Amino acid sequence: MGPEMYSGPDRCLLVCSRPQLISPQWGRLAAYSRCVRNGNKSQAISKPNTEFKGNPMATTHVEPQEDTSHAGQNQIINDLSIQVATVNGSGSQTANLVLLRAIFQMGIPVSGKNLFPSNIAGLPTWFTIRASKHGYIGRRRDSEYMVAMNPETAEEDVMGLKPGATCVYDERLNLKRLRQDVIFHSVPFDQLVTPVCPDSRLRKLVRNMIYDGVLAKLLGIEMEEIHKALQKQFRKKAKAAELNWNAARVGYEYADKNLVKTDPYRLERMNATQGKILIEGNAALALGSMFAGVTVVTWYPITPSSTVCETLTDYMKRYRVDKETGKATFAIVQAEDELAALGMALGAGWAGARSMTATAGPGISLMAEFTGFGYYVEIPAVIFDIQRVGPSTGLPTRTAQGDILSTALLSHGDTMHPMYLPSSMTECFTMAIDAFDLAEELQTPVFVMSDLDLGMNTWMSAPFPYPTRPISRGKVLSAEDVRRLGGFERYKDVDGDGVGYRTLPGTPDRLCGWFARGSGHNEKAIYSERPDVYVNNVDRLAHKFETARLKVPGPVIADSQKLEVGIVAYGTSHWAVEESLDQLRREQDIDAGYCRLRAFPFTREVHDFINRYQRVYVVDQNRDGQMLGLLRLDCSAGQIAKLRSVRHYDGLPIDAHSVTDAIVSQEAAN
Amino acid sequence: MATTTVPSSPSSKTNRVGLEMAHYKGNKSTLCAGCGHNAISERIIEACFEMGVEPHRVAKLSGIGCSSKSPAYFLNTAYGVNAVHGRMPSVATGALLANRHLIAIGVSGDGDTASIGIGQFVHLMRRNLPVIYIIEDNGCYGLTKGQFSATADIGSKLKTGVVNDLPPIDTCALAIQLGATYVARSFSGDKRQLSALIKGALAHNGTAMLDVISPCVTFNDHEGSTKSYSYVKDHDEPVADVSFIPFFEDISVDYDPGTTTSITLHDGSQLLLRKLTADYDPTNKGAALQMLTESHDKGEVVTGLFYVAPKQPNFIDLLNVMDDPLATLPESKVRPPKEVLDQVMESLM
Repeated sequence: MGPEMYSGPDRCLLVCSRPQLISPQWGRLAAYSRCVRNGNKSQAISKPNTEFKGNPMATTHVEPQEDTSHAGQNQIINDLSIQVATVNGSGSQTANLVLLRAIFQMGIPVSGKNLFPSNIAGLPTWFTIRASKHGYIGRRRDSEYMVAMNPETAEEDVMGLKPGATCVYDERLNLKRLRQDVIFHSVPFDQLVTPVCPDSRLRKLVRNMIYDGVLAKLLGIEMEEIHKALQKQFRKKAKAAELNWNAARVGYEYADKNLVKTDPYRLERMNATQGKILIEGNAALALGSMFAGVTVVTWYPITPSSTVCETLTDYMKRYRVDKETGKATFAIVQAEDELAALGMALGAGWAGARSMTATAGPGISLMAEFTGFGYYVEIPAVIFDIQRVGPSTGLPTRTAQGDILSTALLSHGDTMHPMYLPSSMTECFTMAIDAFDLAEELQTPVFVMSDLDLGMNTWMSAPFPYPTRPISRGKVLSAEDVRRLGGFERYKDVDGDGVGYRTLPGTPDRLCGWFARGSGHNEKAIYSERPDVYVNNVDRLAHKFETARLKVPGPVIADSQKLEVGIVAYGTSHWAVEESLDQLRREQDIDAGYCRLRAFPFTREVHDFINRYQRVYVVDQNRDGQMLGLLRLDCSAGQIAKLRSVRHYDGLPIDAHSVTDAIVSQEAAN
Repeated sequence: MATTTVPSSPSSKTNRVGLEMAHYKGNKSTLCAGCGHNAISERIIEACFEMGVEPHRVAKLSGIGCSSKSPAYFLNTAYGVNAVHGRMPSVATGALLANRHLIAIGVSGDGDTASIGIGQFVHLMRRNLPVIYIIEDNGCYGLTKGQFSATADIGSKLKTGVVNDLPPIDTCALAIQLGATYVARSFSGDKRQLSALIKGALAHNGTAMLDVISPCVTFNDHEGSTKSYSYVKDHDEPVADVSFIPFFEDISVDYDPGTTTSITLHDGSQLLLRKLTADYDPTNKGAALQMLTESHDKGEVVTGLFYVAPKQPNFIDLLNVMDDPLATLPESKVRPPKEVLDQVMESLM
């Protein structure tokens, strides 16, 4: 890498300040003080709890627990995971989202993760809801509550519970016999659903709502919030809302009369979600794209990316139809395959549209040739990659950061592509907008690397900020410009940043036309196979990538006092790492620094971070440490020697303990 | 006798938009001397000049192969993309979505279309995108030295003696069946017919698919080839004699409605189809497909306008997009105001 990579503005200053570093603690303190204000003084005191242990192979994790005088027993408030095991296609998604939303409406930080099969109906699916007063929204390995509805998986589900957990189950499954150390609550779902849902065809879809009512009673979820959440879920379908509401009520009443609560977990109203939204990453990307001013959208359905363009279509039809003419200010086309989807996006980008496509790993593979074409011809387009486990068949509905390396270097010949690495809903929104600007400023395909966890799960977020920067269309010359200049050379590096000036097809002057073709062209876009012309061209493209290094967002850095152990992570791993940092500090006395990557190419701050730490753990959700690999390509030998790897690749979202365990064991061997 | 106008060869040096023929020229061809593709480039140049096409509105598009080099050999001041193999249709689609006022002229080959590009080809035809799609069809891969393509006829022989034993893909039959609205076959050596068909394509609003037999003088012009100059000349059976009358010409001509069919195209131009041997109705899809099957069985190379449906809505119309090019809409049209974001955020709370 040339020295110019270090010459950019220090973009990181704004995000490296101390409040960033200690925000989790501040958040927790704030939550505690709110509880105190709410009148439950006992919650402010905490003591270690060694009762529950996770994986016996793992380090002992000490969970915070609060004493309370309430009902004379220990209570744990607003800190639990609920896992619901159902069969997909049975209406469970509605019941789960209503539960999630009701908890959210009670002001409790909450997250939901849907673990679903590649199937429409009949296969097992699990939904995990985590409520955390600390604001932790990453996945947890264990759940305190299980709702067992699926006969096929029920036994295994119960056997996997940690001792002391609570299991609500369908009476027919007769699970009580399986374990002594789990609290069981049997519920006769069939018996309860019949009177509230006379139409036998609908029963299958409605019966899951009963567990919402049961859990509401057992955990203290306010039924009024369940009702509100149902109204929101069904909007205009009043009849369906009523049916479901009756089912929830019957569940609540059954629990009230028949179940005796013995577990310590409770949900209580707090005030940590006010003004927040619930959204999925794919919808956030769609909104970002709409506000970025996207005009041409070409795509091919593939899980987990399809809802990016489907949601976008809904929003565009509502908000992007010209009021004066009734005509669309956009074109959305479902292409015949991913090759065509990117071909269309590049054709549109060449002709001046803000164009995009969205896909997943197999689509990325198919787009390889066109991506190289876009890179060499220098055409803007934005590609959203909602990553998943590979390959085309296998685990298409499971999450992974599986395309990092292949996307960064996608295609043949010498190619490198900028990638944004969103971690949150807000970043999905803002990075989508930034990606369109960057693609046009650099005249190149730009990737936004989400994943299934971020894209398809429901996340809590602050409302998105309206863009303050005007749309940036990059270096485009008008006919007047070209006439004034007496002509233009498409691929000449006039400004020293590796980016030439372009004209758009249709620009009305005979001096404006140019012919786009691969790498075999000179600065005037005229065919040439001369060795010196080729070298000049690809060297300029490499220089352009250094310009990208100065334009992409730098990392978010939170330094530790000791500058010994550093963690580098990106994307959805952030939520596990944020929690792991607290675990490491609290349980292992390891004070680690944190560098959250937000883009590739890596900016100077990433190198500086590695320089100032002794050991740097790179967290990847893939088997081969793909980001680690990219860092190795970009780092000096001295920096490489410091890099270590934390990898999680079982198809489930990464959890904090996985990060903590991996670091602790490697530190012990140090 | 019906009366209409007739084409005239432009007598003045400048056309109706004030440009000379020289403005429509391209770079010097690097294809083989005598290549049929060069003749097709000449016809495109003439047609664009005579029709008064503004070069800056033209998007020249191609894939990979000898054919796909040819956009560099006409309309030098237009815009062009030499895309990847078989994928020109998607690039053309994107370009027209971005700017519906572009005149898209796509040039492909038989390998680029009927083999690697068949997937995108069929979907382009199906969408009736307003594009002129010319296949420079020589039945072989020239740029990789003469392998058979998927339009080679059964029994056709390579220079090396290898005989093709698979049936050809009839791109015209495919295009008609899939929904293209202007489908013709011609021969690079038939100057008059090809010129009329290209001008008709420029006047058409929808997918105009022209399969032009264009012999490869280097690899497929020998005895035993069914795509050689001599074979095509000997077996060429035009379905009708085609004349083109542009909307802006003002000369009257008499024709006999009993022997001649007149087709009015989107821009008001007319195609006059004079019956040669049998009755032929180019607006009848089923008849077109039957005729292609029968003539193929007889070993004829049938040429002419096979099918036309001038009034079908094209893909861009179906999408209900604005008349102004999407590419250059101002920020006020493409970024909704803050109130919209507030409203969406409210709905998610």
